[in-house]
Amino acid sequence: MSVFEVFRRERAGAPMQHAGSIAAPDARFAQVYAREQYGRRGESTALWLVPREAVDEIEDFVDEFDLKYRRVDGYSIKERLKEARERAGAAAPRAGR
Amino acid sequence: MDVRTEEFLAHVQSGGLVEAGDWMPDEYRKRLTKFVEMHANSELMGVLPERDWILRAPTLQRKLALTAKIQDEAGHAQLLYRIVEDLGKPREACLDDLIAGKSKFHNVFHYPTKSWGDVGVIAWLVDAAAIISQKALLKCSYAPYARIMRKICWEESFHILHGRDVVLTLVTGTDGQRELVQEALDRWWEPLMMFHGNPIPADDDPMVHWRIKSQPNEEARQQFLEGYVPQVWELGLTLPDPKLARADDGTWTYTEPDWEKLMAVVSGNGPASAERIAFRRLSRAEIDWVSRTVLAEAA
Repeated sequence: MSVFEVFRRERAGAPMQHAGSIAAPDARFAQVYAREQYGRRGESTALWLVPREAVDEIEDFVDEFDLKYRRVDGYSIKERLKEARERAGAAAPRAGR
Repeated sequence: MDVRTEEFLAHVQSGGLVEAGDWMPDEYRKRLTKFVEMHANSELMGVLPERDWILRAPTLQRKLALTAKIQDEAGHAQLLYRIVEDLGKPREACLDDLIAGKSKFHNVFHYPTKSWGDVGVIAWLVDAAAIISQKALLKCSYAPYARIMRKICWEESFHILHGRDVVLTLVTGTDGQRELVQEALDRWWEPLMMFHGNPIPADDDPMVHWRIKSQPNEEARQQFLEGYVPQVWELGLTLPDPKLARADDGTWTYTEPDWEKLMAVVSGNGPASAERIAFRRLSRAEIDWVSRTVLAEAA
């Protein structure tokens, strides 16, 4: 028996998402089982079957260089915005304000 | 407890999730495997009482609905045995242990069915009791199990309605039909009250400790009583427990079930245990040539 990972698309335009896995003696049986277990209620518009050993998994995402500047949480503007507003308020009124 | 186990425990207790390939303490793996295996066994054995009624269903519509429900449950067993396999126990070993009486299945599947009234009561109230436990498992720390429970709960949603529909048809029919439901209810009430298990305090329940279960047994039973007793009573049906009552604070009182009897039933000494296990053994022997042929052809 081999294990096949099953991915399903719930409706047109939705991404393929992992649904579960099935054990089957070969790819033909895997198709039959997948149809029954993940599609018999019309809950999927498409299924992908992938032999488990074909899946390349990457799990370690080490942020060695602290690449926070790529993310929203890498920016903390609160303090400086406050200071900037105070400075602007303290400055002499300008034309057009 | 070693440091790694302590860290794992802290992780799951604070809401952390575990995936199939992650390291887990032996105790967690053992308890989880046993629990999911029992769940899978229950789905597989749960089709047997209902299977008896496919040929005897009163209408074609009922026959189709019952068959669909049975297919769902057989499918749930397949999905759950997959989870068990990824935890390290092969499906074949699970099926062997089941027919050898080495593993358990839910108490309610150890009882015989006597009439079409049973089919209604099982689909309505046994499934209602089961869905309460299953919904609580959506929060299980083992993510592959929680994910598959989402699919199972979604599929189960029509089962309770199907059962309630059967019961409503019978109670609005002849006196004889109403009597079928009442008689079935009288027999099923004790197993239903035992279904969620003895009231272990959450702090003493190792399943809650490892966050495999998130709901203490008594809380599940109270939720069942709160949800379904009023629905039974409003149909003019009675329940065979004079102590059954709702206090002002919403807590239900009831006659304490005989927990030793529950233990005896789930250990294979229920009224239909031997017959059900024998039937499963027979099915396994009968389809053995199919497995062998398929595997030989695929090889």
